[in-house]
Amino acid sequence: MPGTQTETPYVGSIGMEVHAELLTESKMFCGCRNAFGGKPNTRCCPVCLGLPGSLPVANRLAVELVIRAALALNCAISPIAKFDRKNYFYPDLPKGYQISQYDQPIGSGGWLDIEPEAGPRRVRIRRVHLEEDTGKLMHLPTGESAVDYNRSGVPLMEIVTEFPPDMSSADEARAYLVKLRAILTCIGVSDGKMEQGSLRCEPNISVRPAGSAAFGTKTEIKNLNSFRAVHRGVQHELARQSALLRRGDRVAQETRGWNEARGETVLQRVKEVEQEYRYFPEPDLRPLHIDDAWVASIRASLPELPDTARVRLVEQYGLSATEADLLTQTAAWTAYFERAAGLCGNARATANWMMGELARLLNAAGIEIEQCKAGPEALAELLAMVESSKISGKMAKGVWEAAFESGEAPAAIAARQGEQISDADALGAVLDSVIAAQPDVWSALCAGDEKKLTFMVGQIMKQTRGKANPGEVNRLLRDRMPGGAQ
Amino acid sequence: MKPLTHCSLRALRDAVRSGEVSAREVAQAHLDRITEVEPAISALLAVTADDALAQADAVDAARSRGDKIGPLAGVPIALKDVICTRGVATTCGSRILAGWKPPYDATVAARIREAGAVMLGKANCDEFAMGSSTENSAYGPTRNPWNLACVPGGSSGGSAAAVAAREVAGSLGSDTGGSIRQPAALCGIVGLKPTYGRVSRFGLVAYASSLDQIGPMARSVEDAALLLEAICGLDPLDSTSVDAAPFTATAVTRGDIRGLRIGVPREFLGDGVDGPVVAAVRAAVEALCAMGATAEECSLRTVRHSLATYYILAPAEASSNLARYDGVRFGLRAEGGSGHAGMTEASREAGFGAETKQRILVGTYALSAGYYDAYYLRAQKVRTLIRRDFDAAFERFDVLVTPTSPTVAFGIGEKSDDPLAMKLADVCTLPANMAGIPGVSIPCGMDRGLPIGLQIMGRSFDEETTLRAAYAYEQATHWHTLRPEVNR
Repeated sequence: MPGTQTETPYVGSIGMEVHAELLTESKMFCGCRNAFGGKPNTRCCPVCLGLPGSLPVANRLAVELVIRAALALNCAISPIAKFDRKNYFYPDLPKGYQISQYDQPIGSGGWLDIEPEAGPRRVRIRRVHLEEDTGKLMHLPTGESAVDYNRSGVPLMEIVTEFPPDMSSADEARAYLVKLRAILTCIGVSDGKMEQGSLRCEPNISVRPAGSAAFGTKTEIKNLNSFRAVHRGVQHELARQSALLRRGDRVAQETRGWNEARGETVLQRVKEVEQEYRYFPEPDLRPLHIDDAWVASIRASLPELPDTARVRLVEQYGLSATEADLLTQTAAWTAYFERAAGLCGNARATANWMMGELARLLNAAGIEIEQCKAGPEALAELLAMVESSKISGKMAKGVWEAAFESGEAPAAIAARQGEQISDADALGAVLDSVIAAQPDVWSALCAGDEKKLTFMVGQIMKQTRGKANPGEVNRLLRDRMPGGAQ
Repeated sequence: MKPLTHCSLRALRDAVRSGEVSAREVAQAHLDRITEVEPAISALLAVTADDALAQADAVDAARSRGDKIGPLAGVPIALKDVICTRGVATTCGSRILAGWKPPYDATVAARIREAGAVMLGKANCDEFAMGSSTENSAYGPTRNPWNLACVPGGSSGGSAAAVAAREVAGSLGSDTGGSIRQPAALCGIVGLKPTYGRVSRFGLVAYASSLDQIGPMARSVEDAALLLEAICGLDPLDSTSVDAAPFTATAVTRGDIRGLRIGVPREFLGDGVDGPVVAAVRAAVEALCAMGATAEECSLRTVRHSLATYYILAPAEASSNLARYDGVRFGLRAEGGSGHAGMTEASREAGFGAETKQRILVGTYALSAGYYDAYYLRAQKVRTLIRRDFDAAFERFDVLVTPTSPTVAFGIGEKSDDPLAMKLADVCTLPANMAGIPGVSIPCGMDRGLPIGLQIMGRSFDEETTLRAAYAYEQATHWHTLRPEVNR
């Protein structure tokens, strides 16, 4: 557990509302394309602009994707998809109401399991429902405001955890989100891009004295667009609330925004009264029937879920739980791993390489594994060359970096850079010259100062510009030493 | 041939098809009539003369090329101003939409055009179709062609008056609580509210979505049937439209009403209904029986709750439907407010009329937490009971016959200060909206020089039987042949 809770006698309660934009071709209630970005107001029509007289028509695929997610989250599925209007005024909400689901969410009563360091935990999910996204309000430098409705009407799934909350720490909050994202991307419902806002998370947080039954006043945090931000934001908020209570102050019910630069939450809006949304059934849409056959066919089409994949990876490839966690973080990671490991036959090396070099480069480039130019075939090729000693581990890093940059095949890159020198005659000549240049070191080594071996190998690598096969160099050196083969 | 403005829609269609007259001549004759009587009637908010003549020329050109021309070829039509017309101002009788030109056509507008009809203009109405007299239009009242001191009814008062004054051969209105049938009755024409779901609502600016329905208005049952045939049917753009058995006008005019079982619900003939209206309806029932129908008095015990139920449900839906008029994207943006909330408040304050504001307030209240169960939810339950009452009645009867309006047209300004009296004007028509069933109003008599309307209601999606009864009555009587002399 991070510091906050061991320092204070307060316990945290964390609930989570997650919004995920669904991977449909078109928007929720019209034929406009569902895609990220684009020139403002180029992907809208009378329906998603809420022009007078326009009517919504529900996107059946969006309903199907929500059923899919709800099944993957172990929810019961409602027999009908009924929509309701949530009424409020905001410039990014063109109709003055959002079409959402109120009393009959598509999915309810589910859960997902997390395994943070503190131990495994089941987080219950209260509901999974379908709604439409709003436009984007922008404040221009001129002081004016502008609205982009490209996002208006994009199908949005909301996933809400059960009350009372099952999570109490920042670790758990992050683990929940990591697992949720893994599931949603694995089943092809969401692209999980937090930085683009296609996956958005709003934790609600309260603290109460240990042993107290009554929950404290909760605050909601917005603007958390990375796992790291979620962890830091929750941690900061738990500490802030505990500090307030310790001082004898009250926690106010408010919405707070995460300020990444300052590393703290800042007040956005005080919630003095509950917003009055005047929900009522959407009269423009007839409820959609979700029959058992439909649910069964969706269930049958679900891929292997991350939890199952994780267990399988441990068993099948002998990976550790932590390794399996990382390699099942999204379906793309699992697929990449299995393809590469299958091709090169070395799961251990594949896992190491993905968690090390691949992760490092992806991170540095700020891209997802799906956008990586060097695919699993490339990694397998590289690892095969290392395995057969065609290139050194050191050289492999350079080759991989080049392959990552350009997408060129590692074999071609390695060939161009010159392959490793393993030839005994060629290396023998280099050895001779290095021994001649370093007579004192050579004597010391021959006298038993093993530490000098590394130095000698280093000198040889330097002369061959890293192309010498270090194993071969080692063997040749030892052969020349007193008591060697020669 | 009679003067073109005296011809029925059917006769004009046939004459254009046969080449007896050109569509341009038909359009021009009606545009001339509009110029002549509009100063007295004020039925139209916009006259689209240039577009109309171009459309008429296109029909004539198609005919001379030998192309197939539509079932409404050359027929002059007006559309109620709550129906979106691409590039033509659609104001809903409201200041808040002054000059707003939709970038798209309502499905009915597109279907009418495809059928060859020629739109001459947009018809006046109560603001956002809220009212029973067309006095709630921000652009001034429409006058009843039978008596210019009287209202034409509402909310489709412009659509009704334009047809009665022979400015157009037919029109489209919308009916949420009687807004087609009541003005049809008060102007002495035929007006049909189809079954909910029969006609697409795409492009109809919403008042109360679960009740709104577009329907035809014309001077004869056959003309109304021809219009319905052109506009009805499933629309992929309206999820509440229904893939019902197709409706054809010929099915209405063929056959008789022998054996037709008529129910006469006594709740519609009680207190508050004028004597001459009751007498005319009873006489109409006798006329129908003389043609082989049988009639029996019956009771629909829950219909007396229709008015109260309507005034919960319709404003509730309206309060939500009208939230989009915030000055952000279209329509009036009033100056003076600060921030988004201020701008929205100022625009709505300046843009909406008193009746609209009142209904938004009522609806907002009815949907509020703590009141939802007592008002909206209960009203939905009562609505279900009303529907069941009709279902039971239709097990015994094929159609139900009632007055359309408890009175003939009243004077302009007469009920403006008495909102309850105004709302009682819809007491006979509201139940059909509650039940979602079709209802037609046809002329069945005169009282003090003003027309009386007969309402015939039928089973869901049985417009055919409903209109066949109306057609049989019409053929046996002369009321539909009476024409107002518009006094200028």
